[in-house]
Amino acid sequence: MVSSLNDLAGGVFLLTAFGLIVPWQAAQSLRLFVVQSMCLAASALLLASGLGAPDLIAVGALTLATKSLLIPWLLRRTVSREIYTRRELSPVVNVPSSLLVALALVVLSYFVAGPLVAAVPRTFARVNLPIGLAGLLLGAYPLLVRREAIPQVIGILAMENGAFYAGVAIAPDLPLIAELAAAFDVLVIALVLGLLTRTIHERVGTTDVASLATLREIRVSGAILRKESGAREGAAR
Amino acid sequence: MILVAIPLFPLAASGLSAVLPGRRAAAATTFVGALASLLASGGVALRVARGAPVVAVPGWLACDGLSALVLALIALVGTASALFSWGYIDERVGGGHGGRERLYYVNFNLFLFSLLAVPLLLELALVWIAVELTTLLSVFLVSFDNTREALEAAWKYVVLTLMGAAIALLGFLLLYWGLRGTGGGAYTWAGLAAAAPRVSPALLGTAFLLVLVGFGAKTGLVPLHTWLPDAHSQAPAPVCALLSGVETTAVLYTILRLVPVVAASASFRIGAWLVAFGLLSVGVAAFLLIQTTDCKRLFAYSTVEHMGIILAAVGLGGPLVAYGAAYQITSHALTKAFCFFASGAALLSTGTREIDAIRGLIRTSPPAGAALLLGGLAIAGAPPSAVFLSEFSILRAGIAGGQFLAVGLLALFIVVAFVAIMFHVNRMVFGLPGPAAPRAGLPAACVIALVAVAVPVVLLGLYTPSVLHALLQRAAAAVER
Repeated sequence: MVSSLNDLAGGVFLLTAFGLIVPWQAAQSLRLFVVQSMCLAASALLLASGLGAPDLIAVGALTLATKSLLIPWLLRRTVSREIYTRRELSPVVNVPSSLLVALALVVLSYFVAGPLVAAVPRTFARVNLPIGLAGLLLGAYPLLVRREAIPQVIGILAMENGAFYAGVAIAPDLPLIAELAAAFDVLVIALVLGLLTRTIHERVGTTDVASLATLREIRVSGAILRKESGAREGAAR
Repeated sequence: MILVAIPLFPLAASGLSAVLPGRRAAAATTFVGALASLLASGGVALRVARGAPVVAVPGWLACDGLSALVLALIALVGTASALFSWGYIDERVGGGHGGRERLYYVNFNLFLFSLLAVPLLLELALVWIAVELTTLLSVFLVSFDNTREALEAAWKYVVLTLMGAAIALLGFLLLYWGLRGTGGGAYTWAGLAAAAPRVSPALLGTAFLLVLVGFGAKTGLVPLHTWLPDAHSQAPAPVCALLSGVETTAVLYTILRLVPVVAASASFRIGAWLVAFGLLSVGVAAFLLIQTTDCKRLFAYSTVEHMGIILAAVGLGGPLVAYGAAYQITSHALTKAFCFFASGAALLSTGTREIDAIRGLIRTSPPAGAALLLGGLAIAGAPPSAVFLSEFSILRAGIAGGQFLAVGLLALFIVVAFVAIMFHVNRMVFGLPGPAAPRAGLPAACVIALVAVAVPVVLLGLYTPSVLHALLQRAAAAVER
C-alpha cells in the first residue's frame, strides 16, 4: 500500500519535472513546482511510515510549508505581477526536441542509478533514486534553455527537489538540524534570486536573462571594431 | 571554544556595521572583526602545526592540518580585503550619507562568516549548507555596482553555482547512504573515511563525480567555469580578492577532503579523474588567458588555471606532490588576493579595467604600476615568488614519481599561461602612456593592504617558516592518497 502510493507520488513528480521543460508562463511553472513539492512531501510522509523514520514527518511538513506556501509567496512578493504572466516568445529549443532530450535524461538516470540500487535489498530507493536523479537533471535543463529569470529560479529549486526526492529514501535519518538548515537555505535562495530578478528588472528593464550577454570574450571583436572605427575616423580627418 | 568565536567575529561585525553611527564606523568594525578572527585562526593554526588538533565540539566543530591552513588563509585574505575596502570603497562610493558603504560592509562580513564556517564544520550536510551560503551571501557583493554588467555577472554566478550545489547535494546524500549501509558512524569527514573501504565502489565513485562536477562549478573547474571570469571581474576589487583567492579554495577544500575517502575504493581510479579534470582546466584557462581584454578577467582565468593545477597535483599522488599542492593552495590564495588588490589600484588610478586602455602605469601611477608588475610576475610564477616554488615542487615531485605525460602537459600549460600573463601585464605597466592625465594617488589603506600581502607573496618564495612547513605537512597528509 505505502509502496504503491509512493510509486504514484514518484510518477507525478516525474511528470511535473517534464512539465517544467515546456515554456509556460512563469506563473504556470510556479504552479507545477508547487505540485512537485507536494509530491516530495507526500513521498517523505509515506516513507516516514514505510521506513519507520519519524524525522521524515518533520521533513514532509517543512517541505509543504516552505516550498508550496512560503516560496510562491516570497517570489510573488519580490517580483512584480507583470513578470509572471509573461510568456517566452522565442524558446531556444522547441517542445518536441526538448521532450526527447528529457526522455534521454530519464533513461540516463535509470542507467546511472541501476548499479547503485542493485547492491541494496529491495527498498524505496529503487523508486526514489532514479526519479530524484531524473528530477535533478531535468531541473538543469530549463537553466540552460529557458530565457526568463523566474523559470530559471524554478529550475534551480526543482533541481534541489530532485536531490531531496532521492534523499528521503536514501538518507531518511539525516540529522534534523541539516533538514532545518536545508529548508532555510531554500527560502534564502528564493529570496536572493527574487531580489536579484527585481533589481535586474528595474535596472535593465527586462527579465529575459538570456539577453544579458555583454560579458563575453566576443568583446574582443567589439574592442577591435571600436579601434578600427577610431582609426578610420582618424584617417578621414 | 576559540573555534566557535572565529566565525562569530565577522557575524558580530556585520550587525555592528549596520547600526553603528559615523561614516568610518562600518569600515573600522569590519577590519577589527576580521583582524580578531585572523588572530584567533593564527592561534589555532599554530596549535595544529605543533601537532594538537583543535576540537571545539567533537563530531561537529574541529580543525586539523588542512582545515587550519584553509581557515588561516581565509582569515588572512579577509583581513587584508577589509583593509583594502577601507580605502577602495570610500574612493568608489564615498560621499553621500554612507548608506551604500554600510550595505557593502554588512554583506562583506556575512560573506566572510560563511567562508570561515566551511573549513570549521565537520558534519557534511552542514558543510554543504555553508558552501551554499557562501554563494547566497556574496551575490549582492558581485552585483554591488548595480550596472548591467554587474547584474549579469551576479545572475550567472548564482544560477550556475546553485545548480552545481544541487548536483553536489545528491552526491553528499549518496555518501550518507553509503555510510548508513555499512552500519553507521558519524557523518563527518573522519567517519566517512573510516567507513569508506566497506562502501560499494560504484556508489563512492558516482557520489564523488557528482560532488566534483557540482562543487567544481563553484571552484571554477572547466566545464562549468563560465561564470567565474564574469563574477570575478565585476565585483569590487576587495571582494574579488575574497572570491578568487579564498572562496574557490574553500570549495576546493571540500572536494579534496573526499579524496582520501574515495581513494579507499580500489576499483575507482580517482587519480586519473583528478588529473584529467585538472589538466583540462589548466589547459583551457592557459589559452583563454592569451585573448583576454580585461585586466581583472586576466586574473580570473588565472584562478581557473591554478585550481586546475592543485587538482591535478592531488591526482598525481604521493606525499611530495601533496605537499606541493598544499603549498600551491597557500601561495595562490595570497598571490591572487594581491593581484586583485593591484588591479583595484590600477582601476582607481586609471578608471578602467580594459587592458588596451591601460598603458605606462609605472609612469602615470608608480605604486599601482609596481603592484601590478609584482602581482603579474608572482601569479605567473616567476622565480623568487611563492607560486614558483610551489609549482616547481609539484612538477619536480611529479617527475620523480614517473608521471611524465601529465607533468609535461602541466608544465607546458603553465609556460603558456606565464607568457600570456606577462604579455598583458607588460603592456599595461610599461608601454607608452596615453595623454589622459593621471588621477590622484592611492588611498593609504590600499597601500598598506598591498604592502602587507606583498610581504608573504615574496617571502614565501625564498623561505618557508618552520611553523608553515609543519602545517603544510599536516595538510598534505590529509589529501594524500
